[in-house]
Amino acid sequence: MKYQSQKVAYWYFLAALALFCIQVIGGLLAGWIYVSPNFLSELLPFNVIRMIHTNALIVWLLLGFFGAAYFLIPEESEREIYSTKLAYIQLIILLIGTLGAVGSYLVGIHGGREFLEQPLWVKFGILVAALIFLLNISMTVLAGRKTAITGVLLMGLWLLSLLWVFAFINPDNLSLDKMYWWFVVHLWVEATWELVMAAILAFLLLKLTGVDREVVEKWLYVIVATALFSGILGTGHHFYWIGLPGYWQWVGSIFSTFEVIPFFLMMSFAFVMVWKGRKNHPNKAALLWSLGSSTVAFFGAGVWGFLHTLHGVNFYSHGTQITAAHGHLAFYGAYVALNLAIFSYAMPMLRERAPYNQVLNMASFWLMTGGMAFMTFVLTFAGTIQTHMQRVVGDYYMEVQESLSIFYMMRFGAGACVVTGALLFIYSLLVVRRDEIIAPGPANPVPGE
Amino acid sequence: MAEFLTKSRARNIFYGGSIFFVVVFVAMTVHSHKYVVETSTAGMELSEAVVHGKHIWEENSCINCHSLHGEGAYFAPEVGNVMTRWGVLEDPEDAFETLKGWIEAQPSGTEGRRQMPRYELTDEDIRGLAEFLRWADQTDTQGWPPTEAG
Repeated sequence: MKYQSQKVAYWYFLAALALFCIQVIGGLLAGWIYVSPNFLSELLPFNVIRMIHTNALIVWLLLGFFGAAYFLIPEESEREIYSTKLAYIQLIILLIGTLGAVGSYLVGIHGGREFLEQPLWVKFGILVAALIFLLNISMTVLAGRKTAITGVLLMGLWLLSLLWVFAFINPDNLSLDKMYWWFVVHLWVEATWELVMAAILAFLLLKLTGVDREVVEKWLYVIVATALFSGILGTGHHFYWIGLPGYWQWVGSIFSTFEVIPFFLMMSFAFVMVWKGRKNHPNKAALLWSLGSSTVAFFGAGVWGFLHTLHGVNFYSHGTQITAAHGHLAFYGAYVALNLAIFSYAMPMLRERAPYNQVLNMASFWLMTGGMAFMTFVLTFAGTIQTHMQRVVGDYYMEVQESLSIFYMMRFGAGACVVTGALLFIYSLLVVRRDEIIAPGPANPVPGE
Repeated sequence: MAEFLTKSRARNIFYGGSIFFVVVFVAMTVHSHKYVVETSTAGMELSEAVVHGKHIWEENSCINCHSLHGEGAYFAPEVGNVMTRWGVLEDPEDAFETLKGWIEAQPSGTEGRRQMPRYELTDEDIRGLAEFLRWADQTDTQGWPPTEAG
């Protein structure tokens, strides 16, 4: 850690990890209700648990991104953060908003659109926090060294904050509501978040592999260009069956096919950089998470997305467990794993000690990734059967669901693995205080950063 | 390749291309907006009851169990075509009675079956919800869903 103000990131990461904990436990509960439908049905209905599961995910990933920005921008800009005070105020606003939202869901106050169920005052809080963040980060970047990484990161964060405005716009016409809703949901995860992801990944690889900055930054531009070129019109793959014009079926099919490219490039980029890199960085866990993130993102977002994105296929598979399979692996690979990569990289520095107990951290990677992969396979099988029974044969929904119960049991098992992995990750990052278990590799040809 | 695609060229392609796609997307959005209002959802009036029903749908977070036009939680049946499935699409009164009967019979308490919570809704709320679902059912969704099962 070169700059004092980077310390701000530590609190963001802690808050993110706490919410991560809530998110996975919520997911496990929801998975159990699929197995035992009467569980908690009077006390805490499924819709509330699901809301907590998805909202906590979004907020902790954003907290992770904000923290990552506060960590890497001082190093990239070569100066302290414009105002650490603002950064803490922003965090407090976000925490109050998050607790307020969870509390209101628990007492039955919720509403609005899927994923955007937060009460209005929480939405305003998020907006204010985002503005504080943008001011703080932009002032820091403008005053310091400008790199491609900070440029792309800043652009991603500005655009995602701008798109948040659509969370406030809720037309009475359901079809319009759905169309503008995707402006937040799709254009976040399949466009602007990808800019943030690519920028953080580029930073990590720059630090971990010691490859020349020029090479990293050129790749970065190429990756984010393909992400936006495919992702913007790729929004069309959500516009097939919600009352929009038929041409979206072609536009959506073609451009979402291209959406595989940025993820393929990110994966290739990560492996080529590690292969070319001459540095033997001691933080193997951060490297594992970086490579794992780009690889799982390629399969989850790229391959599994492509599986059911062509309109002829989507006509049958839309809104089945195939979507759930894709959603889980894509979010895990692209955003969860990436956040855990930057946490693994930054935490030892923020706590001012050498990377420690990476064995546990790496074990948590394999537990979580294995669990997620198995969950994805299980749900894909369930979804395929569901698609056939419900969409081709025409059997009713609940009958179909009853014949899928074996898959839901396996999914619960996979979920339990993921939760165990997540708790292990948090433990390895925060609690373990012993010295390094594995000895660092041979002397580095290039000094470590 | 290395000399042709310099970093600054890659950057210019990124910014220039992105602006191009944003412009195209905005133009298509404007057209789609008009299409929704004038064509695909013009089958039934967007009445006060429909709007009220939409708010009831949102306040109770129905989307976090059900799906509507295929979007939602996939934990409970699709409701974008539920009025067709119940055979009450054409009759507001039948739609209201059927929905009221359904909501007031919940939770079923059947062991091993997913439970829909009991929502305390007024007749006006239920009527709005029924109208909202009838309205949604009449949207031109390009032929989706493929079967009545939703």
